[in-house]
Amino acid sequence: MTRNDIPGSGGNAVEVRGLVKHYGETKALDGVDLDVREGTVLGVLGPNGAGKTTLVRVLSTLIRPDAGSARVAGYDVATQPRQLRRVIGLTGQYASVDEKLSGTENLYMIGRLLDLSRKDARRRAAEMLERFSLTEAAKRPAMQYSGGMRRRLDLAASMIGLPSVLYLDEPTTGLDPRTRNEVWAEVRRMVSEGVTVLLTTQYMEEAEQLADELTVIDRGRVIAGGGVDELKAKVGGRTLQIRPADPAELPRMVGAVAQAGLDGIAGATADAAEGVVNVPIVSDEQLTAVIGLLGERGFAIAGISTHLPSLDEVFLAVTGQKTSKSAASQDRTDELQEVAA
Amino acid sequence: MSAATIRTPVKASAGEGRIGPRANLRHIGALARRNLLQIKQDPESMFDAVMMPIIFILLFTYVFGGNIAGKGHEREYVTYLVPGLMAMMGMNIAMAVGTGVNDDFKKGVMDRFRTMPIARSSVLIAKIVVEVGRMLIATTILLVMGFILGLTISTSVLHLLAAVALAMVFGASLMWIFILLGLTLKTAQAVQGVAMIVLMPLQFGSSIFAPTTKMPGWLEAFTDYNPLSNLADASRNLINGGPVAHSVWITLAWAAAITLVTAPVAISKFRNKTN
Repeated sequence: MTRNDIPGSGGNAVEVRGLVKHYGETKALDGVDLDVREGTVLGVLGPNGAGKTTLVRVLSTLIRPDAGSARVAGYDVATQPRQLRRVIGLTGQYASVDEKLSGTENLYMIGRLLDLSRKDARRRAAEMLERFSLTEAAKRPAMQYSGGMRRRLDLAASMIGLPSVLYLDEPTTGLDPRTRNEVWAEVRRMVSEGVTVLLTTQYMEEAEQLADELTVIDRGRVIAGGGVDELKAKVGGRTLQIRPADPAELPRMVGAVAQAGLDGIAGATADAAEGVVNVPIVSDEQLTAVIGLLGERGFAIAGISTHLPSLDEVFLAVTGQKTSKSAASQDRTDELQEVAA
Repeated sequence: MSAATIRTPVKASAGEGRIGPRANLRHIGALARRNLLQIKQDPESMFDAVMMPIIFILLFTYVFGGNIAGKGHEREYVTYLVPGLMAMMGMNIAMAVGTGVNDDFKKGVMDRFRTMPIARSSVLIAKIVVEVGRMLIATTILLVMGFILGLTISTSVLHLLAAVALAMVFGASLMWIFILLGLTLKTAQAVQGVAMIVLMPLQFGSSIFAPTTKMPGWLEAFTDYNPLSNLADASRNLINGGPVAHSVWITLAWAAAITLVTAPVAISKFRNKTN
């Protein structure tokens, strides 16, 4: 397969099969399989020490795997590292720019190393500084940059060569929320330009924000994978919450849903403290059926919402451990509609 | 027309990924420029190259000169000393390369270099190119100081240039040893510690500071095989007149042997370094 075969066809830009990397007794990668479809973002989610960085380092030819294979844009990491390096970009959790050089000098150097002419390297450096809002700081040494500016310069350096596959290894670790949002916006922009991204993160929110698909890894093994929603559904579907206009209606509403015998609906519970009825559902048809039933019976409904389990809950369910950010992240609510009766 | 075909033309030049000699030179140039810009940003890093020759020549001339050549004969000692110091200067600057490499290679930018389509040796070669430049500056300052203190050239300017070139070639080969040390040991302090232990006996157990004929037999035997003695003798005879062929060839052979053994190991270490 050549590079040109991949795009647009929905083929895989990254294909990893049975990848193994041991450091002594430690199995950093213990048989990892994953695919990243062309033009999409794969989020690789896992706690510290799960093997995320080792995976990125193998895929960027920095370390050789002990077993298994990995192809990026059709090039094998073990046998075609030189070709592979022409199509990838890497931004690690530590900024990989030269601290003593200015923004311009860093990008010019990268351009020259990518065989651009002096003129083109200058032009491209200026373009990238402009694009990543670093023009004002262009002449200052990178050591004087803030954390966010440094990360943007790093992204700019990764983009000089117009890579078709970009690895982002915990790109927002250590950044404040505002800067993090800037980095996310840049990543989305790169994706919209057709770049395939493999993103590692410890942050559920980051994965939810950027990734099309997720792979959860722990201790060097893939323990879950799929679309973001798919993965959430694995942990047990959604919960439909119905708020009656009159809280006194709660018991009657529970009874109505429980006795109706709707397909696949096991039951309903009343949450008196919140003033809602909770109904576990797995499909939109069930949602429609429950709402339809309550409408027919003439209940006055003040609000309806569905809740997906948070990625923290997904993580807890599949790895058996809480994530570092667990306490801080919040349950998300998808407000479907407000129904006035 | 796919996204990737639009994306690739900037760097599709080198066929199957082989890096041609011209591209390689361009890469070395870009990386050497990086090393130069680092010096520009941090001018204090030139302190050793500028001050070392001045301090060394003053110290050795006035502390040892009178004792070795006889009081009042310091000027004659300068003529003996300067060719030897040229050899020593190369070794000290080479040692600094080891500690610098150790620090530099811990930085994230090295990961970037190693994920780029460039020959990985170019990063090391660029460093050596710049450091040889630093050696040249140190040697020039040493010679200027030497002339001020009474150095005389009995041969010709061409012989002097040959002596300088020989010291550069030998110094560059030493840099590979220290780069290897810098890539192998964990900290810059460790590099410095190991380097000092190796350097001190080599520098002082040589003909750099004094003729070896008054040393005990076992030490004289050691100094005869010490490549620094050979280099010092070669430089001395090039500048002061005397038979040069033997010591020049021995020095070149040492330089070639050191480079051939350590450079491939250092490059392979750099290629496979995991942190």
